[in-house]
Amino acid sequence: MTSHIDELVDFDVALEKYDPVLGFEVHVELNTKTKMFSAAPNVFGDTPNTNVTPVCLGLPGVLPVVNKTAVEYAIMIGLALNCKIAERCGFARKNYFYPDTPKNFQTSQYDDPIAYDGWIDIELEDGEVFRVEIERAHMEEDAGKLTHMGGSTGRIQGADYSLVDYNRSGVPLVEIVTKTIEGAGKRAPELAKAYVAAIREIVKALDVSDAKMERGNVRCDANVSLMLKGAEKFGTRTETKNVNSLRAVEHAVRFEIERHAAVLNSGAAIVQETRHWHEDTRTTTSGRPKSDADDYRYFPEPDLVPVVTTLEWIEELRSRLPEPPAERRKRLQADWGYSDAEFRDVVNAGITEQIEETIAAGTTAAVARKWWMGEIARLANAADKDVIDLGVTPATIVELNSLIEAKKINDKIARQVLEYVVGGEGTPSEIVEKRSLAVVNDDSALGAAVDDAIAAMPDVVEKIKAGKMAAIGALMGPVMKATRGQADAGRVRELVLEKLGLAG
Amino acid sequence: MNEIIRLSATELAAKLRAGEITSVAAVQAHLDRIAEVDGGEHGVHAFLHVNTEEALAVAAEVDAIRAAGGAEAEALHPFAGVPIAIKDLIVTKGQPTTAASKMLEGWMSPYDATVIEKIRAAKLPMLGKTNLDEFAMGSSTEHSAYGATRNPWDLNRIPGGSGGGSAAAVAAFEAPLALGTDTGGSIRQPGAVTGTVGVKPTYGGVSRYGAIAMASSLDQIGPVTRTVLDSAYLHELIGGHDAADSTSLNEPVPALIAAAETGASGDMTGVRVGVIKELQGEGYEAGVQARFDESLEALRAAGAEIVEVSCPNFKYALGAYYLISTSEVSSNLAKFDGVRFGTRVLPTEGPLTIERVMGATRAAGFGEEVKRRIILGTYALSAGYYDAYYGSAQKVRTLIQRDFEAAFEHADVLISPTCPTVAFELGSKVDDPLAMYLNDIATIPANMAGIPGITIPGGLSEGLPVGIQFLAPAREDARLYRAGAALEKLLEDKWGGRLLDQAPELSAATGGVA
Amino acid sequence: MSAISREDVAHLAHLAHIEMSDAELDKMTGELGVIVQAIASVSEAASADVPATTHPIALTNVFREDVVGETLTAEEALMNAPDSVDTRFRVPAILDGE
Ligand SMILES: [Mg+2]
Ligand SMILES: [Zn+2]
Repeated sequence: MTSHIDELVDFDVALEKYDPVLGFEVHVELNTKTKMFSAAPNVFGDTPNTNVTPVCLGLPGVLPVVNKTAVEYAIMIGLALNCKIAERCGFARKNYFYPDTPKNFQTSQYDDPIAYDGWIDIELEDGEVFRVEIERAHMEEDAGKLTHMGGSTGRIQGADYSLVDYNRSGVPLVEIVTKTIEGAGKRAPELAKAYVAAIREIVKALDVSDAKMERGNVRCDANVSLMLKGAEKFGTRTETKNVNSLRAVEHAVRFEIERHAAVLNSGAAIVQETRHWHEDTRTTTSGRPKSDADDYRYFPEPDLVPVVTTLEWIEELRSRLPEPPAERRKRLQADWGYSDAEFRDVVNAGITEQIEETIAAGTTAAVARKWWMGEIARLANAADKDVIDLGVTPATIVELNSLIEAKKINDKIARQVLEYVVGGEGTPSEIVEKRSLAVVNDDSALGAAVDDAIAAMPDVVEKIKAGKMAAIGALMGPVMKATRGQADAGRVRELVLEKLGLAG
Repeated sequence: MNEIIRLSATELAAKLRAGEITSVAAVQAHLDRIAEVDGGEHGVHAFLHVNTEEALAVAAEVDAIRAAGGAEAEALHPFAGVPIAIKDLIVTKGQPTTAASKMLEGWMSPYDATVIEKIRAAKLPMLGKTNLDEFAMGSSTEHSAYGATRNPWDLNRIPGGSGGGSAAAVAAFEAPLALGTDTGGSIRQPGAVTGTVGVKPTYGGVSRYGAIAMASSLDQIGPVTRTVLDSAYLHELIGGHDAADSTSLNEPVPALIAAAETGASGDMTGVRVGVIKELQGEGYEAGVQARFDESLEALRAAGAEIVEVSCPNFKYALGAYYLISTSEVSSNLAKFDGVRFGTRVLPTEGPLTIERVMGATRAAGFGEEVKRRIILGTYALSAGYYDAYYGSAQKVRTLIQRDFEAAFEHADVLISPTCPTVAFELGSKVDDPLAMYLNDIATIPANMAGIPGITIPGGLSEGLPVGIQFLAPAREDARLYRAGAALEKLLEDKWGGRLLDQAPELSAATGGVA
Repeated sequence: MSAISREDVAHLAHLAHIEMSDAELDKMTGELGVIVQAIASVSEAASADVPATTHPIALTNVFREDVVGETLTAEEALMNAPDSVDTRFRVPAILDGE
């Protein structure tokens, strides 16, 4: 039976006694124009149940037809993960009843995935490379979207009823499954995050997915088990479902390690079950136990015929692959002139593409790094979010930088503007406009303030005229006050000298 | 009886083209016939829905086009204006589709099946939707949630199933043409016991898009008619590649009309006809065997070379068929859950959760036979049993295909009785599933192998029709029409007319048989 | 070939989401037993080296180009819905307290 453990074992203490064993199932939503088995548009966020055909609703009489582009994307993912590509594979039905699954079976692949036996090298923060082996990558379809109404805050528990939108039903997915990952030790949470970041990076680079975790384009199920150090048999695992941000992956793995250790230390057994991740409390709770009720009755999909891959086809797809991530990183670091440490920080933050796009849009590599690794990283940290989930885009930085270069705002104000961007107030220009944040360097307004200061402080004026230039600072206070801090200090100095006839 | 309704579709089409009859008159004659013999306590009950207005409107449109003449009239399909009935397993816009299940009571499809699109394009007025065993599961049409169909030859007997409605409608002169679906014999067995012609095309020869799936790897839509030539016309009309069906053959429809016309000479010189040893003799009624033997004699006399072939694995066909078909059924019918369409039934007690609503909906919406097959299929696919049941059945499928391959090395077409008995009495087997299943013993192997089959009337046994089945290799549907039309000609010459001319008159006044 | 028990049938009915009364379970158990007995020979018919046939006609690589086609309107999508709110289907609570 499940034992309820409120206390956790401290992570480091847990790791002294146990070795964690990990496994990941990552679902990647492909960015094809249409769905996996129907010509309905694969579009996010439209009016519910408008991007559907009879096939997406599983109406009586309908039949599926495979999207060729989705198959090609799946092969490309397989190739990028160093997988073997099946010469022949087919689709299978996974039978289970759920209202978001219109046919009450998911069309997936079972014992013959299109890609299998691959690997991917993950670079950890200390620079060490950890190889994760890929068991398979298979094609399947997404389910519709359920919204739970009534009860508390949209949770399934206690809801009165649910609403179903099938717009997402049938969106092509590739599910990437790792082999069991041993030997990560204390770096298990870090590896988990880096692995998902790497998958994200790959599918984004392949341009086969929008790869936005916050939209569910990339979703991770994390399997965790512990084994006593020196033991030969794996412990019982739990599968934490739908962990949908990089830091959540890290936190979920850490939490499960701490929880498993507590359960095991108490002498109880881990129950093999799925667990739900709760971002608000950073905990997992028990889902449904894995039992023989999970009898999916897989069988070959009779309505779809096998896929046969030829060497020519695979090679044509291989030729479409972008440069491998490791080579790409080498090139980018050289182009940008970052030090090893600087570059690794960027990679670990998962913002290589953001920096690349920022530079492509017109800033220098140094400026891009300054903002992304500086203020944006600080704001993300404060908000407890991934940098990429903050709502700041490369365009934001380019705009901010051009405002600074045009001397419309200074660095200090720019940081403020960024905070407002994160707060959802609009683009930097809009915010500067709305909040009247532009630096005052308009001479008439500034001139009047300078005149007032000169008139109010004759003694200071005397000192300046006597050559004590440092005394200009004393005039600065009243001027800044009059312009609510938005005066350009350099221009104030010039004006004072001009007005006292000291300008050279 | 109005003469129009006794015409074959080909004859009627010729009169329409010649302007001797209007399509409106033809449709109206059939609607009148339906009104006369279909309803009432002892009516044939072939129809679940009669599509009066739309059928007349399409007929009027055809008449107008023909009256105007010119290119548009020239371009009309030869069967334009000839009415047709549709098995209520095939989805139609604007008419209800129920699959003879309470589950779909009141359901209106927002789309047309591909075959319906073709029928609309060819402008065949649709008379309505015909009865069947619920979701096509049965051999008697007694498993319809809306009441059984009766055999026009004897209203106390079954019309076969699952497509008893389409066969009975054609046999009762309520429609010259109908569409059926054949998963294990649901076109051919009703054809045999009603004295009509029915064809199961090669798997993939006709699009399944819009046919509510029973068993996806076995289902096939096909024609139900009174003559072989009519079936050839209808088959060519509905056949051909459909991009919406991944199992659809991407090749042209064979020249079926031409084959039927060749066959109509009655000459079988040089055609090797293989008698399947395992599909005759024991288990086949004496009258059925006698008519079968006479057919062989007629073919031999017409120049055919009769050879015997053996298909030893057919003894496993029925068992393997029930494992494969019920497995696919259990999955195909999962979508009927009361969430998106169809009936929703709330549990009468206990918590109201969607799980329980699905359970209550499926309990109330499905009939007994459907439930039995869903449970059997769930069992065959479940963990621990898959290899022994579903897996083995798929291997048997391979063995059956090999049997056919070997047989077709010695024969151009194979021949057997279509079913072992004539129509049995209503209610006599409805509580004995196994006895019911045995009716399909001769039709099932073709579905397992994906090959085409035809049944044509072979005479009477104790006043009830016997069917003769021809089978051909996959994609060789034309051979069925050649051989079928030849045997049809030979037998009709012997009888001095069509077998259906010997059927009893039906009338409403006498509660059926006059 | 093991016989089907009443518990087996209850489990299968649960998997298939069909509520059954005790009487129905009893009846179904009997009928299924007879049917399974009758088709049991299938499991011994084929030797291990016989390949399975999943599709009666062997086709491969039937694909659709990635081009958007016609969709249903929300009205058409929902026209048969037993229950709906705006343009979404409505279902009772999913689980009785997962
Ligand atoms: Mg999974
Ligand atoms: Zn999956």
